Amino acid sequence: MITLFWATALFILLGMLLCLYRAVAGPGVFNRVAAVNVIGTKTTVLLVVMGYYFERPYFFDIALLYAMINFIGTLVFAKYLERGELWS
Amino acid sequence: MVIVYGVVTALLGAGVFFTLVGSIGLLRFPDFYTRLHATGKCDTLGGGLVILGAMIYHLFQYSGTLLVIAKLAFLVFFIFIANPTATHAIMKAAYKAGVEPWCLGEERR
Repeated sequence: MITLFWATALFILLGMLLCLYRAVAGPGVFNRVAAVNVIGTKTTVLLVVMGYYFERPYFFDIALLYAMINFIGTLVFAKYLERGELWS
Repeated sequence: MVIVYGVVTALLGAGVFFTLVGSIGLLRFPDFYTRLHATGKCDTLGGGLVILGAMIYHLFQYSGTLLVIAKLAFLVFFIFIANPTATHAIMKAAYKAGVEPWCLGEERR
């Protein structure tokens, strides 16, 4: 059963690699922000799976924190690109 | 226990399938809006299915620690609310910044 979680982590890493190409080579800033947001969501899922692989439940707290920080970061970046400034 | 392992395997496999399909869509679609259309839904559902499989595995493997299951349930809830909101925010910012939608027959962007 641990092998199944290991294989899941490997496939999620493959998906993150595909998204990383778009984050590096994507034309324009919006493609890059969207790709980084997708990589952050995949990282949350990867932390949960790795918590079962290493049998350490403390990884789920890190996953919760990472999901919140990813959401706030994406939202702030979108507002900055929309207005041109942060505080207005 | 075999039935539980089968259900967990099916949920993890479905989640990985949706995640990979979303990643290929982000890589292959011709436009910014179509790329977000691919990933905004596939990534949410894929992550939710993987964490749901982990929840069922935890419920039958390490019974007695219900706090961890509550944490994972909150994580699924948060991903299902936050990920479409972030996608909508990026898409609205791009629309206000003047990114033109792609039409049939145009160049890939």
